[in-house]
Amino acid sequence: MAAISREEVAHLARLSRLAVTEEELDTFAGQLDVILQSVAQVGEVAAADIPPTSHSVPLTNVLREDVVAPCLTPQEALSGAPDAEEQRFRVPRILDEDVAS
Amino acid sequence: MTDLTKLSAAEIAGRVASGEASAVEVAQAHLDRIAAVEDQVHAFLHVDTEGALAAARTVDERRAAGAELGPLAGVPVAVKDVLTTKGVPTTVGSKILQGWRPPYDSTIVQRLRDAGTVMLGKTNMDEFAMGSSTEYSAYGPTHNPWDLTRIPGGSGGGSAAALAAYEAPLAIGSDTGGSIRQPGAVTGTVGAKPTYGGTSRYGLVAFSSSLDTPGPCARTVLDAALLHQVIGGHDPRDSTSIPAPVPDVVAAAKLGATGDLTGVKLGVVTEFTGEGAEPGVMAAFRESVEALAKLGAEIVEISCPHFKYALPAYYLIAPSECSSNLARFDGVRFGLRVGDDGNRSLEEVMSLTREAGFGPEVKRRIMIGTYALSSGYYDAYYGQAQKVRTLITRDFTAAFEQVDALISPTTPFVAFPIGARTSDPYQMYLADLFTIPTNLYGGPAISVPCGLSEGLPVGLQIMAPTMADDRMYRVAAALESTVGTFAPPAL
Repeated sequence: MAAISREEVAHLARLSRLAVTEEELDTFAGQLDVILQSVAQVGEVAAADIPPTSHSVPLTNVLREDVVAPCLTPQEALSGAPDAEEQRFRVPRILDEDVAS
Repeated sequence: MTDLTKLSAAEIAGRVASGEASAVEVAQAHLDRIAAVEDQVHAFLHVDTEGALAAARTVDERRAAGAELGPLAGVPVAVKDVLTTKGVPTTVGSKILQGWRPPYDSTIVQRLRDAGTVMLGKTNMDEFAMGSSTEYSAYGPTHNPWDLTRIPGGSGGGSAAALAAYEAPLAIGSDTGGSIRQPGAVTGTVGAKPTYGGTSRYGLVAFSSSLDTPGPCARTVLDAALLHQVIGGHDPRDSTSIPAPVPDVVAAAKLGATGDLTGVKLGVVTEFTGEGAEPGVMAAFRESVEALAKLGAEIVEISCPHFKYALPAYYLIAPSECSSNLARFDGVRFGLRVGDDGNRSLEEVMSLTREAGFGPEVKRRIMIGTYALSSGYYDAYYGQAQKVRTLITRDFTAAFEQVDALISPTTPFVAFPIGARTSDPYQMYLADLFTIPTNLYGGPAISVPCGLSEGLPVGLQIMAPTMADDRMYRVAAALESTVGTFAPPAL
């Protein structure tokens, strides 16, 4: 049985903000199925009592001196932006027109 | 006249320091070599001719003024395009960052500049460092100098190929699941993954933050150690950076070069010497193990029973972290924006931008990660993979109570033909079978050339305990002292 359906892949693409094509959906559905069936092997390991590891370096509460240091100018920070206006990143509309008006 | 491109980094640094060669001459020789072979190799995404010559002139001026020079002053270096370089294009091999010129330097690049190295340019890579062949670069594949129809490994295939083709004596890579070591193995060069946290991630475009580790690539073990020493060490701008000095890897490489491994105990990983590796790779590995024994090392077999689950655990953990990290590519602050016609919403523009900007492997991993982290699947996938990560770490800890370092082949197979594994993504993942456990554990590992199989290079991997990077350099240099270095046929 497939681990993942074409519909589920379409859902994942929406969650991932990827406007995938119909053709891609066909390809990805098969490929993600193979990958997911393979990585599901982790389920074979008896690990109920094992604590998870999220990170290999056991550092916590890393702080540094609170000193003023040079930082990017607004011009530098905006230098790679696709669109900028009045020293701000310009974005497409966020609200529906009905709501915005 | 000596061909300056055939010298080691240590030799170049010596000549520049003594005045036997100027840094400008050295830089020009490498730029000429790049111009001569790049149409065959395609190791670089960007060659910074002016920047390189300017940096070289500065070194020569400082020397003329009697200023103290760093240990690698005047040595050219190629930098994987995953590290930000102020004013110099940084694409991560992706269309989504095409044309982006970062406003700041990564810590690694800053340290390279401070040391007086001469940055030649940025090297090709699998998009966002996801891949094992450099075929997933949005800008076309890099070709292995040993056989131009074959892959140079990945994701850092550009850095490794630049070394093997004598376009640069030093290069920087980044290793999340083997992206320094596997390209090193298949190009006959040296690649070291430092202890996680031993090299700064500040300015490294993030793929999987708990695994990403920048590190040195070179043609000799000593050169890799010299570069490691320059780029390593604590960085307050990376909160996962280890606040401790780098072990003296240069001294360790010099000690190893004496060819004496008396008192060193090495464990051959049982799980990595059975099926899964090509016979030619295993033959070269076995011969090298005998060579290490002749140098005085004690060899034992060590079983690490959970290593076989490292690959599936990695391909859940890394995509999960990637799906989160790559959310920043939203078409707002940098890079590509597609479909902004004044009518479409932010979300539509974001989805069109990411669809156009990411290649297929990046999309697959983002979706796998999104799946593994979603409610209902989290415990069975991401949660379980994190527990397996604990068990793999315990395997390492138990092994290092018995031996000083673990050894295995670096990769199961020699460089494969371009196109051979792109249709089946999971076949590509298998290239990282032997390199991934170290990333999950966080310790250091190095790949050093150990022989040839069917005329193509084979690498031997040495894995050491966390913050014992010096140990792997000693063993690698000892092996190099007996098997020598490997050069591809002339291009």
